[in-house]
Formats: sequence, C-alpha cells, structure tokens
Amino acid sequence: MYRIRFHGRGGQGMRTASRILGRALFNEGYYIQDAPRYGAERRGAPIFAYVRCSTNPINERGIILRPGLVVVADQSLLSIPAAGVLQGCTEHTVLLINSKTPDTSLLKQLGFKGIILTLPPLTTQKDDHFPSASCAGGAAALLRIINLPALMKAAQTELSNLPLETLQSNLDIIEETFTTLSKQPTAISPDGPVFVESHNPPDWITLPLEQGGPNIPAIIGSMTSHLMQTGSWRTKRPIIDRERCNRCWWICNTFCPDGAISLDEDRHPQINLNHCKGCLICMTQCPTHAITAIPEHSNKTNDKEKSV
Amino acid sequence: MTRELLTGNGAAALGAKLAGIEYLPAFPITPQTEVIETLSKWIEEGSMDCKMVTMESEHSMVTAAGAAAATGVRTFTATSSQGLLYAAEMLHTVTGWRVPFVLVNVSRGLASPITLEPDHNDIMALRDAGFVQIHCSTCQEVLDSMILAYRLSEDAGVRLPVIVNYDGFYLSFTREPVEVPNQEYVDRFLPPFPTNQPRFSADHPMSQGVAVLGGSAYSYFKYQTHLALLNAGLIYKQITNEFQILFSRSYDPVELYKLKDAEYAFLMIGSFSCKGKEAVDQLRAAGWKIGLVRPRLTRPFPMDELRKSLAPLKGVAVIDQNLSLGMGGVLHQETAAALYPLITRPILAAFVGGLGGRDISAEEFYSMAETIREAVKTGETPPQRLLYTEKENTDMQQLQRIAGTHTTSP
Ligand code: SF4
Ligand code: SF4
Repeated sequence: MYRIRFHGRGGQGMRTASRILGRALFNEGYYIQDAPRYGAERRGAPIFAYVRCSTNPINERGIILRPGLVVVADQSLLSIPAAGVLQGCTEHTVLLINSKTPDTSLLKQLGFKGIILTLPPLTTQKDDHFPSASCAGGAAALLRIINLPALMKAAQTELSNLPLETLQSNLDIIEETFTTLSKQPTAISPDGPVFVESHNPPDWITLPLEQGGPNIPAIIGSMTSHLMQTGSWRTKRPIIDRERCNRCWWICNTFCPDGAISLDEDRHPQINLNHCKGCLICMTQCPTHAITAIPEHSNKTNDKEKSV
Repeated sequence: MTRELLTGNGAAALGAKLAGIEYLPAFPITPQTEVIETLSKWIEEGSMDCKMVTMESEHSMVTAAGAAAATGVRTFTATSSQGLLYAAEMLHTVTGWRVPFVLVNVSRGLASPITLEPDHNDIMALRDAGFVQIHCSTCQEVLDSMILAYRLSEDAGVRLPVIVNYDGFYLSFTREPVEVPNQEYVDRFLPPFPTNQPRFSADHPMSQGVAVLGGSAYSYFKYQTHLALLNAGLIYKQITNEFQILFSRSYDPVELYKLKDAEYAFLMIGSFSCKGKEAVDQLRAAGWKIGLVRPRLTRPFPMDELRKSLAPLKGVAVIDQNLSLGMGGVLHQETAAALYPLITRPILAAFVGGLGGRDISAEEFYSMAETIREAVKTGETPPQRLLYTEKENTDMQQLQRIAGTHTTSP
C-alpha cells in the first residue's frame, strides 16, 4: 500500500492536493482513500490530509502512522511539534518540501533519516498561488504509477469550481511539477502492513482514579494561551499606519479576538506578532483605515510599527 | 451503476437524493453539516424536488420530521452528538407516533470535555428510543443503508423511523470508491411512500400521539412499538435479500468475517471494524484462527444471529467505542446478555477503546487477541480494559501541569 501525508496550513489547499492525488489514482484504477484532518477549522493553523492507495480494497483507516511520502507545503511547520510532520517517518520515508532551501540541519536535529526532496521552482509561478497544485503534481510524480492524462483529468474534476483562468494556471503548475519531478530518480515504493510476528505490543496501563483536582477537565493555570503561538497561523500581516491612526485605541483592541493589540506609552496600538493570527478583523474595524495588510512572507516591513 | 469517490457525508446525501426525499428539516452540527450542505446545493440547483427548512434546534427538527412523515411525505434529517441528545425527547416521542423517516447520525463523542471526534456514546444513549439503528463501516454501506432504511421504515410491519449511523471523520470526511446505484433500480427497490397506511391530511384530520391514562393502553402501545422493532429485524432480512439480488451487495444483520473455522473473534461496530478486519488478515497470516463479528443492527439487537455465530467460539474480544459510565461498554453488556442462556459459551474480554476519536492501532488489535487467547487458556475472564498507554498518560500529565491541575513536578 502507498501511504501519503500532506502537511500544510489551513487555506493552503492540502485537502485539495490530497483529493487531486486520490482521484488521479482512482482514475488509474486503484482503490484509494483520501481525507483531511482538522479540528475547529482555522485559516493558517496546521492541518494535514492523507491518501492511501492499493490494488486491493483498503481496510486501514484513520491517520497514517507510517507514511512512505510526506509532502510539506510550509516548512515552518517542521518546528511545531503539534503539527506532527515527521510522525512515523523512517529512513524509507521521502519528504517533499515546498521550499528552495530545505532546512536540512533542522531535519537532522529532529532525527529525520529519510530522503529529502524539494518542489522545483516554477516558471509559471503566480503571486499568491496556493501550493496545492504543485504538491499534488509532485506527489503524483514520485509515485510513478500515475500517467499525466489521468492526473490532469483528476485535477480538472477536483478544481472544476475555479474560474477558467485560475484553473488553467493551476493545471499548468501541476503539469510542470509532475514533468520535472518525474525526471529525478527517487520513487516511492509501496509498504506492507504491521506484521504480527515483529510488532511492538502497546504499553497499556491500568488507569487509576486520581482523586482531587487533576481529573477534572479544567484549566487553573493562568496565561496558558501565551504558550500557543498563534502568530504562526498568519498568511497576511496587519500593519498600522501611525499617521492615520487617531489613537481611538479601543476599537482595534476590542475587536481583536486574540487580545494581540496593546498600547504603548503614547497610546499607540501595538500588535504582538507572536499571537496575532492574521484574521484582519482589526483592519475591517478601524474607522480611520489605518490598518492595512501585507503578505506574511513579504520583506516589506513598517519601521514605525515596532512589534514584540 | 457508476463508480464515484464519495465521503461518508456525500454518500448519505446521495442516498437521500436517490431515495427521492421530499422534505428536509435541518440544523447544522459538525461533523454532519456537509450532508445538509450537499443536499441544499442540489435543491438550489433544481436537481432535487425537496423542501428544505432550517429549524432553530434539533428538537424542533425531529418534531418537524415526525410531523411531516405523518402526512405521508418522505422525510430525511441528520445530526450528530449533542444535537442528537438535544432532540432526545422527540426521538422517543416520534417512534410512538409510528411514523417512517430516516435520520442520519454522524457519531461524535459527547461533552464534557467537548470534542469533535467520534465515538458511539451519542448513538448508544438513544438505544432505547425505538428507532431501528443501522451502523455502517464504509461509505458504500452508508449509501446503500440509506436506501434500505427507507424501505424498512415504510414497511407496514415496521412503521418506525430508522437511524443510519456512521463515524465522524473516519467516514464522514473520508472519500472512498462507491458504486452508485442506478435511479431506475433504486425506484424498483423502493416504491413511492405507501398511501394505504393511515396518514394525516387537512381533509382527513386525525389525532396522533394521544394521551392515554391508566397504564393499560399505554402498555399496549409501548409493547406494540417494541414488537414492531423486533419485527423490523425479520423484515430487514427479507429486504436485504432483495437488495442483494438487485445490487449484488449483501448486508446481513450481523456481518461475519473469516469466522468459519475461527476459535476467536473481535466483536465491534462501525468504521473501526475495518481496522479489525485488517488485523484479522494479519493474525490469520501468522497462523491464528480468528475472525470478526460486526452487528450492523444494534436495534433490534440481533440476539439469534449473535448466539449462533458466537456459540462455537472459545473467546471473543468485545471492543466498545462507548462507555456506559458506571457500568462499562454497551456492546459487551448486551452480548453477554445474549449469550447467557447458552450452556457453553465463549469467554468475553471487554475492551473500551477509540473514545473521542482515539485511534486503535494494529498492535493493539494483536494484543487484544493475545489477551483473549490467554483468558481462554486460564479460563479466567480478564477485567475490562481501557485502551490507553503509558505514553498517553505521560503526555496527559504534561498537559495537566500546563493547566495547573497536576501538582507533582515531572
Ligand atoms: S482602531 Fe484604528 S484608529 Fe483606532 S487605535 Fe486602532 S488603528 Fe488606531
Ligand atoms: S489581524 Fe488584527 S484582529 Fe486579527 S489577530 Fe491580528 S491584531 Fe488581532
């Protein structure tokens, strides 16, 4: 069985990538299973999706624990343990990273022993394009069991709700990534089941009753949300123009759902970028239109806006 | 017949469409929402002739469904978890009205603590409501069960609503290849809503769900509902035979997987039973005589089928994805009750696992098989076990330290 996991952030189209790959394999006559896994859906939060593929009906279910291929749309997820990008990876796992410069030293530090590949830079790259197309095209190429026509037909079906021009540019990206990655030598090989003879038995415990506080699902500790760096969810960053801001202060501050806006001594609003999740509610609410948004990964910064 | 990729939610929606539903009272809840979203899109496009009404709660949604069904309209509705329990009063009420309709429940664990992921406490909490309960393990089964459910529900010998149940995430959002039956064949299998049964209309007013005091009439009606539900088990077998002839897929009340020469078995319901089958395949490859028993119906409880299939076995690992607090797993209790009259019966090992969407690994299935084999060897029934590991407990303590509820330092 082939087991593929796509990791990205909400909004980067990992579900779409898994669906294009799943349907392409389906078009080629395989049994498949594809599914996204997210909690309460939030743009920018880590999510993943997975595809299983086999020549026989598939009885495995749920999260893939032993992936043959892991596609990473956003390298920043590697440093977030909860994203689980490297979960179950072995020396046979291929990691396909959407970055020109994969962070090999970090991967080594995290104990990754498999093969690292990168998605090729695109000649047709458009600003602001979602990585779903290249991730799907790349994964399809590495499996070596999908022909281009089946992949393109799958992509047309899965992306049929897009406007024609966007559809075409996504199809171009898929074709280009597929063609380029088909030329490199690494191929994913199918992997077997967990064998009874060689399995590690689970270390079950008999759960004792814990009296007193711990067994109540409550949070007593203060400031626990400080540990949750929702700043990594941002795809757009709010920038405050100090000239336009009339220091009403309470509007953006009140509306920010993450309490990420505070005031400096001059009553200028400050955004804590460790916690601002980029929802841009502050931008919509500011009466003087002092708040604008820039793509998160752009180099443009606003000097006047000093952030924590 | 065409082959399509469908999620469990997509399969349920398509099943409702093929069944020709005419009325859809709706209220959203994760992970069910995609079912009504899909149907509302088709209604909007005009590819379905159905009246959809968004209600203000699941309680009124089920009331509306029952009332519509009483007028002779083919009705569908869907919910999950807290929504199902919010409707609990009306779920009991409408079965007493003896009205046929189908309700999809996408299983999700109950609060508290709150979760979005699946287990069967929601559906198990409603096991006494009088609905037929069909539990699905694949997306194909979701679609087929929708069509079976209407046929069963509308049978004159049943006239009870049917719940089609499947797991959130593991099926609701998971796409698999599904054979989509031809409309023509569905229409052959499922005739229009029967007009020869009592139904409410403006020119023929009637009272339904009337008050009866004194207990005797009450006993009569309640027991009639019970008998009708038991009868649904017999009718179910007839209609699944017909279904098999038309569509070449069989849906026995209890699915038996590789049980022929088996000494041991896993007993479980829902999508996790596919994992169980995978474990059976691997254990058999390693020389085990083991199979799997999967009740598709839990109401009516398939007593006879379970007795017949389990009696020859030495040991059965019952895996409950639910927990009746203060007692244990519901399937385990009910299986034990079914086997009690037998003079020789297998040892049962009770496992509670997969609560709140927690996965059950292949390794855990192998260890459950070991446990039951050991129990058979010693003749001692092992205590109920929660599938929960040392590592999970250490992670839990770490969270408790952050939450400030665990005082000991690491
Ligand atoms: S809402 Fe706008 S004007 Fe008011 S403090 Fe915030 S940025 Fe300044
Ligand atoms: S974008 Fe604005 S409102 Fe949203 S989290 Fe950031 S600071 Fe708060």
